[in-house]
Amino acid sequence: MLSSKRLILAHFWLAFAVFGIALLLGAWQMFVRSPLHTWISNPEWYYRSLTAHGTVMGYVFPTLVAMGFGYSISEAALRQPLVGRRWAWVGFWLIAVGAVTAMIPVSMGLASVLYTFYPPLIGNPFYYIGVVLVVVGSWIWVGLMSVNLYVWKRDHPGEPVPLAMFANVAGSYLWGWTAVGAALELLFQILPAALGFTSTIDAGLSRVFFSWTLHAIVYFWLMPTYIAYYTIFPRAIGGKLYSDPMARIAFILFLVVSMPIGIHHAFADPQVGAGFKFIHSAFTALVALPTLLTVFTICASAELAARLRGGRGPFGWVRALPWGNPIMLATALSFVMLGFGGAGGLINMSYQLDTTIHNTQWITGHFHLIFGGAIVIMYFAIAYDLWPHLTGRALESLGLIRLQLWLWFIGMMVTTFPWHYVGILGMPRRMAYFDYSHPGLAAEAFSVSMSAVGGFILVASGVLFLTVLIRGQWAPLTEPGEYRFSTAVHPPVSLPAALNGHALWVCLMIGLTVTNYGFPIMQLLVRPETSVPAVYVGSQQ
Amino acid sequence: MTAGHTHTSDDGADVAARAERRWTMLSVAIIVVLSGAAAFAGIHQATMPQARVETADPTTLHIQGEFVETNLGSAVEPDGSVTVRAIGQRYSFTPQCILVPADTPITLRATSSDVVHGLLIQGTNVNTMLIPGYVSVLTARFQKPGDHLMPCQEFCSIGHEGMWARVKVIDKAAFNDMASQQRRLSCVE
Ligand SMILES: [Cu+2]
Repeated sequence: MLSSKRLILAHFWLAFAVFGIALLLGAWQMFVRSPLHTWISNPEWYYRSLTAHGTVMGYVFPTLVAMGFGYSISEAALRQPLVGRRWAWVGFWLIAVGAVTAMIPVSMGLASVLYTFYPPLIGNPFYYIGVVLVVVGSWIWVGLMSVNLYVWKRDHPGEPVPLAMFANVAGSYLWGWTAVGAALELLFQILPAALGFTSTIDAGLSRVFFSWTLHAIVYFWLMPTYIAYYTIFPRAIGGKLYSDPMARIAFILFLVVSMPIGIHHAFADPQVGAGFKFIHSAFTALVALPTLLTVFTICASAELAARLRGGRGPFGWVRALPWGNPIMLATALSFVMLGFGGAGGLINMSYQLDTTIHNTQWITGHFHLIFGGAIVIMYFAIAYDLWPHLTGRALESLGLIRLQLWLWFIGMMVTTFPWHYVGILGMPRRMAYFDYSHPGLAAEAFSVSMSAVGGFILVASGVLFLTVLIRGQWAPLTEPGEYRFSTAVHPPVSLPAALNGHALWVCLMIGLTVTNYGFPIMQLLVRPETSVPAVYVGSQQ
Repeated sequence: MTAGHTHTSDDGADVAARAERRWTMLSVAIIVVLSGAAAFAGIHQATMPQARVETADPTTLHIQGEFVETNLGSAVEPDGSVTVRAIGQRYSFTPQCILVPADTPITLRATSSDVVHGLLIQGTNVNTMLIPGYVSVLTARFQKPGDHLMPCQEFCSIGHEGMWARVKVIDKAAFNDMASQQRRLSCVE
């Protein structure tokens, strides 16, 4: 029962359009920094491109996917038309206008500060204003998800909240609170300097604020993917979800423990003491728990489906899975990338091993494998699954879809494995150019070329993806039936309040953030003479 | 959550719940072991992030305090260890080539005079951020003589890709010989 089809399609189309542009920029970056290309005349072009790629891929694209998918979940899982559709359009247009506002100064070279901002570097104020508009637009979605759940609960007292909506609202609360860190940095530190009200900034404090957002944002990107694992995958392969309460526990754990861990991004920073770094490291280890639980539940759900299809033996059931099904394929490939990426993540988060690879190309490899790989491939799967219900037309190009998913997987492997390797050799990231004739760097030339090849494969996959969707807009009309989510083997009849609502967990999330961030932030606020002069981009070269 | 089911499905639910519990316990054990290993290595100082927060005003670095230009480079301490002081600025390090002895405890003290930089010595675990306003402190020990590249690992605006320095590790005796004639050492003359 999807009644806001135009709204949802608008979110997905804008998301995938900006994704396509940012994908091209990413591939171009890998090409110009590889030995396949000689020196670019102006390295500043590289940093403009990097700022645009990161801003779009980090803020605009996943936010729009989460919102579009979130509206679909609200209507399909709750079986009620979206409450507040006008507000949803306001949020959509805020994001569209914000993205354009941010990208104009970036393309003019007035805000080459990358998407992580880097104060005391200060770019054109319109870049930051654009980012703020994107965030404000997404906060409207957070509010709407909460309101829609509230309306449903009022009409269905005591009934278990459908799992997809439970997870969706958890994801929206996670984002609402996570974005506060960067918002504090932008509104109280960067924008006053960019607008000329202040001329100094505490770079250390702003990095702590940003770390508040920077890690949990990854879990916000991840939420639609995990929702797809739990609520699309089992149904798509003709099975059932192994355990409904376990799924809820995984989403609650994400909500509570993914927030207060961002200082692990600042292990090598001088402005935070070792104690809080260790606390954040331990919490980061804890956030592996919901993923480990998910791996178990999803594999068990796959096994159930395979056995229903006649699969036998301890491993023989794997062959009985419907491997030709796009959702099956996407989920399996996503799990492989999640496995490699997660193993790398354990190294990044560990208090000591991090020093070997901090800020090297390894990190780029890690998060492209997790976000660009494991997460984005499920965004494709979500689009493929929803599209017939949004357009009323069948996606017929099954072979093309399979090829697209395989190309994305191969492209990600070819891109990120060499990055991990050169990262261990100590190749720094975010550089426009390397002098491969230097004997110390010559050994990295081949790996960097491989990554560029991977970039081209990813572009080919992206083009195929958009082709499939566009062709779907002209396919013959069908009646796709009601959109529904997986049911559990044992559907919950009644749930304890803790597994049926978010209030307790939101309190815990805020409480843990206050304990894990309050003291380091207070210390930095009261420490005198840590503000340094702002350095304006473009004013001096 | 098994209320209302038939007897047979209750059995299935029990098996499922047991399997889940076992997996959860294993997952928790993995996490506890990982965090424990990290704590152990930290307590034993095998490797440890910087413990204390120190500040330095980037606008006066060049006229006062420990980071004035004549004080940069490598210095031998009374206890035989070596302290290296360095500054990052767009788009170079001072000194551009750090000279250190092999097999000697080294303390690196560095800061930035303008924007955020980073410093990483290839082939080692030396890797730290340079944040203007704060002093980064790191200990290290180089096993044998040799040359290492030391790039800036954090984006510091255009020109970042040109910000490379070097570390030259030389024999301990040769270093001490040079140190007896000069107060501050670096491999650039
Ligand atoms: Cu630099």
